[in-house]
Amino acid sequence: MRKIVATVGTAMALALAAGAAQADDPLKACFVYVGPHNDGGWSEGHDTGRKLVDEMLGDLVETSYIENVPEGPDAERAIERQARSGCGIIFTTSFGFMDPTLKVAEDFPDVKFEHATGYKTAPNVTSYNARFYEGRYIIGQIAGRMSDAGVAGYIVSFPIPEVIMGINSFMLGAQSVNPDFKLKIVWVNTWFDPGKEGDAAKALFDQGVDIITQHTDSPAPLQIAQERGLHGFGQAHDMYEFAPKAQYTAIVDTWGEYYVKRVNAVLDGTWESQATFDGIVDGIMAMADYTNLPDEVVAMAEATEASIVSGEFHPFTGPIYNQAGEMVAAEGEVLDDGALLGMNWYVQGIDDAIPQ
Amino acid sequence: MNLEGAILTIITAATPLLIAALGELVSERSGVLNLGVEGMMAMGAVVGFATAHLTGEPALGVFASILAGTATAALFGFLTLVLVANQVASGLALTLFGLGLAALIGDAFVSLPGQGLPEINIPILSELPAIGRIVFGQDALVYVGILLTFGVWWFLFRTRAGLILRSVGDNHASAHALGYPVIRVRFMAVLFGGACAGLAGGYLSLVYTPQWTQNMTAGRGWIALALVVFATWLPWRVAAGALLFGAVSILQLHAQAFGVGVPSQFLSMLPYVTTILVLVLISRSSTLLRANTPACLAQPFVPDR
Amino acid sequence: MTGAAMRIELIRRPHQSTTMAIASPLLAIALTLITGAIMFALSGVNPGAALYVYFIEPLTAWWSVEELLTKAAPIILIAIGLAFCYRSNTWNIGAEGQLVAGAIAGSAIPILLPDWNGPLVLPLMLLMGIAGGMAYAAIPALLKVRFGTNEILTSLMLVYSAQLFVDWLARGPWRNPEGLNFPDSRPFSDGQLLPVIFGDDIRLHIVFVLIAVVVAWFVLGRTITGFQIAVLGQAPRAGAFAGFSRNRMIVVAFLIAGGMAGLAGISEVAGPTEMLRTTVSPGYGFTAIIVAFLGRLQPVGMLLAGLLLALTFLGGEGAQFALGLSDQTTQVFQGMLLFYVLACDTLIFYTPRIVRTGTASGPTPRTPAPGAET
Repeated sequence: MRKIVATVGTAMALALAAGAAQADDPLKACFVYVGPHNDGGWSEGHDTGRKLVDEMLGDLVETSYIENVPEGPDAERAIERQARSGCGIIFTTSFGFMDPTLKVAEDFPDVKFEHATGYKTAPNVTSYNARFYEGRYIIGQIAGRMSDAGVAGYIVSFPIPEVIMGINSFMLGAQSVNPDFKLKIVWVNTWFDPGKEGDAAKALFDQGVDIITQHTDSPAPLQIAQERGLHGFGQAHDMYEFAPKAQYTAIVDTWGEYYVKRVNAVLDGTWESQATFDGIVDGIMAMADYTNLPDEVVAMAEATEASIVSGEFHPFTGPIYNQAGEMVAAEGEVLDDGALLGMNWYVQGIDDAIPQ
Repeated sequence: MNLEGAILTIITAATPLLIAALGELVSERSGVLNLGVEGMMAMGAVVGFATAHLTGEPALGVFASILAGTATAALFGFLTLVLVANQVASGLALTLFGLGLAALIGDAFVSLPGQGLPEINIPILSELPAIGRIVFGQDALVYVGILLTFGVWWFLFRTRAGLILRSVGDNHASAHALGYPVIRVRFMAVLFGGACAGLAGGYLSLVYTPQWTQNMTAGRGWIALALVVFATWLPWRVAAGALLFGAVSILQLHAQAFGVGVPSQFLSMLPYVTTILVLVLISRSSTLLRANTPACLAQPFVPDR
Repeated sequence: MTGAAMRIELIRRPHQSTTMAIASPLLAIALTLITGAIMFALSGVNPGAALYVYFIEPLTAWWSVEELLTKAAPIILIAIGLAFCYRSNTWNIGAEGQLVAGAIAGSAIPILLPDWNGPLVLPLMLLMGIAGGMAYAAIPALLKVRFGTNEILTSLMLVYSAQLFVDWLARGPWRNPEGLNFPDSRPFSDGQLLPVIFGDDIRLHIVFVLIAVVVAWFVLGRTITGFQIAVLGQAPRAGAFAGFSRNRMIVVAFLIAGGMAGLAGISEVAGPTEMLRTTVSPGYGFTAIIVAFLGRLQPVGMLLAGLLLALTFLGGEGAQFALGLSDQTTQVFQGMLLFYVLACDTLIFYTPRIVRTGTASGPTPRTPAPGAET
């Protein structure tokens, strides 16, 4: 977990810098979660970030959250409650909170709002997101090298651009080391249902895949992989504990540093609305330790990670073809963020059709 | 495709449904409709997981999940049998209460890796080609499910106690007149239903996916309820129904992995639509249904003296 | 009964107790509060503070009163419809699905004809919402009447199907073409939304709730239909004797319940949500079942019960925010409240007596009590 330690280090430095600046009344930093704060997945990732804010900024802030907030009118009420209760900055951590956030923000111009994984902003609303596709490219490469069958299983929740982007990036990574790589995709229509995710993993293994990855939040697929003596990747968290023999690595959400940075910006008065799309280099996510892998594969993964961090390499660099064989990005061309955030097509080599 | 693996998966997917449904079947045969299966399962799942985690003994966890389900059912029994509260509403309340309480209890146990029950591998036999693993290499609770199916059938149709239970469900007034303790029989049946639901919940958190999370029962309790009607209150048909249900939900995942071009939402609907269709088919045939439906299902009984 | 033990024996009252009919919900609420206080104390929270945050604080600010009414509106609408079913002894527990069906049917206009904004649009959307809910409720009703299929299970299975269907619509064919492929429909335009009639958030559907309460009170208490429903619910044989058609009544009750749920559904999407999303409601159709029972299937009772339940939702949110109490506390609260209500309702019909049972005393053969068989 060395990178995460490094992340905490930077955050600490930032915190100390801001420490002197502020006076008595603590700033209230508030969070809205779509699931339980300890769901072991998405919402817990944000809650870990909230705890880091507490830890780093100590008496300067007071954090709180409302959990299990359904998207829609309930979200608007929860956000409004926080705005009315004196929250100085409010993080709304699910895509579906986008419109409610903007609506409440209009009535509370002095409160700063931060909405995760959306695309709309306002003078007092920032949108922030993470380039999870960077991690997915790396695990795709690992899968390409490690799969004897040359085929991986991919358990997915809902066909939104974020998910499609992840599938494409994984596939591009796999194809970079095995051009004939195949992918079997199963949509489970839920972000979180351990039983169903486990069933999907079993079905995929029974169809001959030997590596599994997922865009759903529970560790069940990894547990199944371990049971079968096969392998997979952790999602949102380091899931090593759940499957120490099966996990190759995990894409770990580390929102904490970003949260500390933004809360600090409010404290020292430099907060501005922006649209952030951070990558591994910014510390918004990290790769868990590479385990159960031969040295040369670890070396390959680390090299790719390093080149992504240094900005030398972008996973969506052409030539990229879509399923129809049309060129989407020419040799050397990099897809822009707009194309990534609205992605609704598969790269060549994927046999599935995107659910419409 | 690995057929053996698919069949194994279907059997394990069917097991929690089967166990919970058998318990509900006994309860309904005595005339009590308990819609709270989902809540009892959740309680079984969380208490079982917590016990296994704290003691390091998955087998104790299984035992604790049975107790938890039974205790939750006792609450329902008290309300509906002693206080003659409406069974439908009480069952719904039990679901809400059980799910909520399970989440509260389980707060400290979320995101902890669990300890699975070991599989029973009968030496040599489980190595047999084709059927070896399917017949002889399952986890212990799969066998419990099979034994339970047989046991419930034997109890209901081959013992005097079973006959009394069924007569209580068919006509509580005359059962009472004959001197049978209607309320006590029903209470026992409700407790058995709770024990089974608890065990089914424990299966989820200890065997199926060894972990605890909120809402991990994900509607399986409701499916168990549907299975009982689907099976026209007969244990063997419950087993067949559970397998069919398991098959539909697993095969839709296989269908996707093969790449059929149907939206996954429609495939996910299949188990529910299948249930409705089967319910209709069964209710059309009066011989199938009437012969076995407990005539006093969900009707309150107050002995007056 | 054999063996020596204490047990509770219920003596049926000759007439149902009017005092108890009013006292029982109050007693239930009091018991819930006491149990809740103990629960809070056990989890290390000051019970007084917690109960204040839960039940008083939401009423101390106007914005939160507005939120309370907005939250209660769909729940009450659905509960009133369900009361028709439950009074006739049919068990529609699929109101959540009927709500979704109503939302889908009503949303067809703003999504397929986004530029149509005339004065007819909103009334037509509402009518289509009602019709959608009714059509979806007709499925379990007709299956019940035609084939005798158990309506509890069919109506519940239809909930899951409807939820998956709206998910597919909002992600697929009805997705906002300008929404960067995110799974929402296009936002409805002003003419396609229920107007705000009071304050910042109170929309027209509050009026629907009041109308529904009055109409339901009249229909249930003062018309032949209401009488038929009650008779068929309480004494089916007497009803049949009087020439009332049970089948017709089942269909009517389901259609009313479905229509009300459909109205609640379209009012949600054309109200607070302002678009069709992948999920339409956070379980209003199920909460309404609690409300129906808590309100003793009486329109005014359900109005009050709906407000109380909405209060627990808001209070629960406040308790999380202010006291760090788990979100699940609310769910346990609601379950407990319903338990106590059901238990206390026993007092309306029976006088409980604790008796010591001695040696074996076989029951005397007798004819069953008429009330025991409903």
